[in-house]
Amino acid sequence: MEKFTPVKRSEDGQPVRYLIVDDSVFARKNLARMVETFGGQVIGEAGDGVTAISEYERLTPDIVLMDITMPQMEGIEAAEKIVRDHPGARIVMVSSVGYQENIVAALQRGARHFVQKPVKPEVLYEVIKYVMRDDTAGAQSAGAGA
Amino acid sequence: MRMDLIQPFINSADAVLAQGLASSIAIENLSMEEEAYRRKGIAAEVCLTGEIEGRIIFDVDLGAALQLASRLAGVEVSETDEELVREAVCELANQIIGNAVTTLNDQGFHFHVRPPVLHTSDQGSKSSEDTEALVLCFNTSSGNICMNVALRYRRQDTAERAAIAG
Repeated sequence: MEKFTPVKRSEDGQPVRYLIVDDSVFARKNLARMVETFGGQVIGEAGDGVTAISEYERLTPDIVLMDITMPQMEGIEAAEKIVRDHPGARIVMVSSVGYQENIVAALQRGARHFVQKPVKPEVLYEVIKYVMRDDTAGAQSAGAGA
Repeated sequence: MRMDLIQPFINSADAVLAQGLASSIAIENLSMEEEAYRRKGIAAEVCLTGEIEGRIIFDVDLGAALQLASRLAGVEVSETDEELVREAVCELANQIIGNAVTTLNDQGFHFHVRPPVLHTSDQGSKSSEDTEALVLCFNTSSGNICMNVALRYRRQDTAERAAIAG
């Protein structure tokens, strides 16, 4: 897999910490492998929206990569609940279902970006870089949506 | 079955499989299936509800499933990694259906996709007159991947009901 210049946290230069949420173990492993090539660290995984919320509370990751179609609670609802309690949360939706309505719903409920599956590493890398330097814009949009 | 419902699935399968297997693929066979579905390899089923409803089954030869799993996982996957191979087939189904659903939704069809589930029984239910199944087989260098599509378009039903009521 291609190597990328590591993306670091601007405040302390430490690796970006990820929570990966997908009901497919396979997809989680694939995403984990990708973010590791970006210099990131996977600190947690979840297979549904309910677990994602509790894992976010426990781990406070820098970025959440969140699938949409999942059992128990879908990704958009989980993202909304996380952002409601943590307006600074950086959530990137990663889903094969990328129609406009879905993307708009995800962004309106607090997700910062959307990446369609199958994920191309170079696309995800650019999104991660964008989201990590987008603190000001993110805080503003979170404030506006509150 | 309407081809405008099927074409996005063909296009999506073509694109996702070509990327997943890093090789060109070809549609080897296309037929309507009247008999009950019979599983041939590792199969995953995705159900749709809404204006379009029904199910799509992906049935992947073991060889193709192993190649897909290895390629997606980035490590060599063997027959003993059964769970990983099944997961790969489900993820493949998820990606193909998701991309097709994206196209259909942007064309104005509204429906919901359920997460893929492994189809473990050897035989499925027989398709009916209004949910006839279309079977597409893609030939790859490591085996066949078949897509069994049984979908029903419900918007027409709504229009028919309105006409009767009106």
